[in-house]
Amino acid sequence: MCSVMSSVTAAIEVENLVKDYGPVRAVAGLSFAVAGGSTTALLGGNGAGKSTTIGMIMGLVLPTSGTVRVLGTDMVRRRHDVLHRMNFESPYVDMPHRLTVRQNLQVFGMLYGVPDLSARIATLAADLDLTALLDRPSGKLSAGQKTRVALAKALINEPEVMLLDEPTASLDPDTADWIRGHLERYRDRRGAAILLASHNMGEVERLCDRVIMLKQGRIEDDASPAELIRRYGRSSLEEVFLDVARGRRETAA
Amino acid sequence: MSFSVQRVGALCLRYIYLLASSWPRLLELVYWPVLNLLTWGFLQTYAMSATNSTLFVGGALVSGLLLWEVLFRGQIGFSISFLEEVWSRNLGNLLMSPLRPAEFVAALMVMSLARLAVGMIPATILAIAFFGFDLARLGIGFAAFFALLVVTGWAVGLVVCGLILRHGLGAESLAWTIMFVFWPLCCVYYPLSVLPGWLKPFALALPPTHVFEGMRAVLSEGVLRLDLLAAAAALNVLWIVAASFAFAALLDRARDAGTLLSSGE
Repeated sequence: MCSVMSSVTAAIEVENLVKDYGPVRAVAGLSFAVAGGSTTALLGGNGAGKSTTIGMIMGLVLPTSGTVRVLGTDMVRRRHDVLHRMNFESPYVDMPHRLTVRQNLQVFGMLYGVPDLSARIATLAADLDLTALLDRPSGKLSAGQKTRVALAKALINEPEVMLLDEPTASLDPDTADWIRGHLERYRDRRGAAILLASHNMGEVERLCDRVIMLKQGRIEDDASPAELIRRYGRSSLEEVFLDVARGRRETAA
Repeated sequence: MSFSVQRVGALCLRYIYLLASSWPRLLELVYWPVLNLLTWGFLQTYAMSATNSTLFVGGALVSGLLLWEVLFRGQIGFSISFLEEVWSRNLGNLLMSPLRPAEFVAALMVMSLARLAVGMIPATILAIAFFGFDLARLGIGFAAFFALLVVTGWAVGLVVCGLILRHGLGAESLAWTIMFVFWPLCCVYYPLSVLPGWLKPFALALPPTHVFEGMRAVLSEGVLRLDLLAAAAALNVLWIVAASFAFAALLDRARDAGTLLSSGE
């Protein structure tokens, strides 16, 4: 298993993180760090602890014990000091349907204190091919268009840390590939840290420098996609995922 | 980062966009205050012609009705704006934004006032047109009564929102029903003296009871009872402080239970 990255360069630092829901231990002592300019995936089956871990990193879930720091800020006690430098996107959270795309971006731009907001919305709309949709109600968009709008919201404040949950869910392969390219360019230009949860192994292989495999709230493995494939003697990350989920051990040291 | 008026404004803008795009929502704001006013107003007109009861002196029934609407609509306007976020699955976006709980609450208060204005202005005009009753008859006391009732509505709304955060949409019906617990107790249409002795301490713990007693004093005696206003204001301070602590505690419990990640049923 890879060692925890140096906290000097880390955008996200998680140490000995534990979350109990009554008698159920959802997260059992996670420690990892994510550096700026990198993309890390949290992988695991249902109930592995991905959502709870991301919830604790966002400060929406209180840890039972352990610490979470984002850009050096304690997310349990001082999350509001750093939330304007972060953002997130999830298909399980919606934008208000009756508001137009422009109105939604305007509201969130104001919430994040974005300067020169009209210009920022125009730039994002051009980048994400949303210009023609700006004055349409968000609820009238297709699933793929909604995902692009959600991504525009996630990028509105040019965040240094992005948390993405299934960022290309519901997208056709062409659009999904285009979004992945956009995220890569943004990460490289901004030096942003991206932490994503995804079940799309092709996406993880393409986007991520590093994969943290979770199982029953613990880190089962932690390495680059290529290293994991080599370690398990498999030809794809999906096969590695199945090995971990089904408790098959590594075939190579 | 400290309290930001811009973030409060952003959230208000979100609700204004929503109301402007949805005529049923606007209609609903006006519908019940007007319907109640007409029903009870005509009853008062009939009753006044049949009796000389002091119950109806100076439009006590209509003013009680209008002030009850202020209390009820103040709470419901606060809670519904919050529920709009739960219904639209937008709560996660807001809670992950730099919006602070105090700013969220401030925006809900502003929108409660805006919704109240949309609903009450037509009802107040109709009260003059149909029944010759002008709320201005309550004089400067009206502003005080209005403010005190709205603050009570906000205190109750805060607790309702906290319960929805903690327990999800299972607690949604409280937004519509909780205020009716106060209806018989806070003496909207009858004086406190009507209540049995054992119930009076409960009634006196409610800020609106003092407001409605004060309203009757203005209408029947032409006196603005400052002692009643002071009692209502002092109780409101206690209520809003207690509700704020309850909201903060319920938000923490929701964070502990992980329910903010899935703000549904």
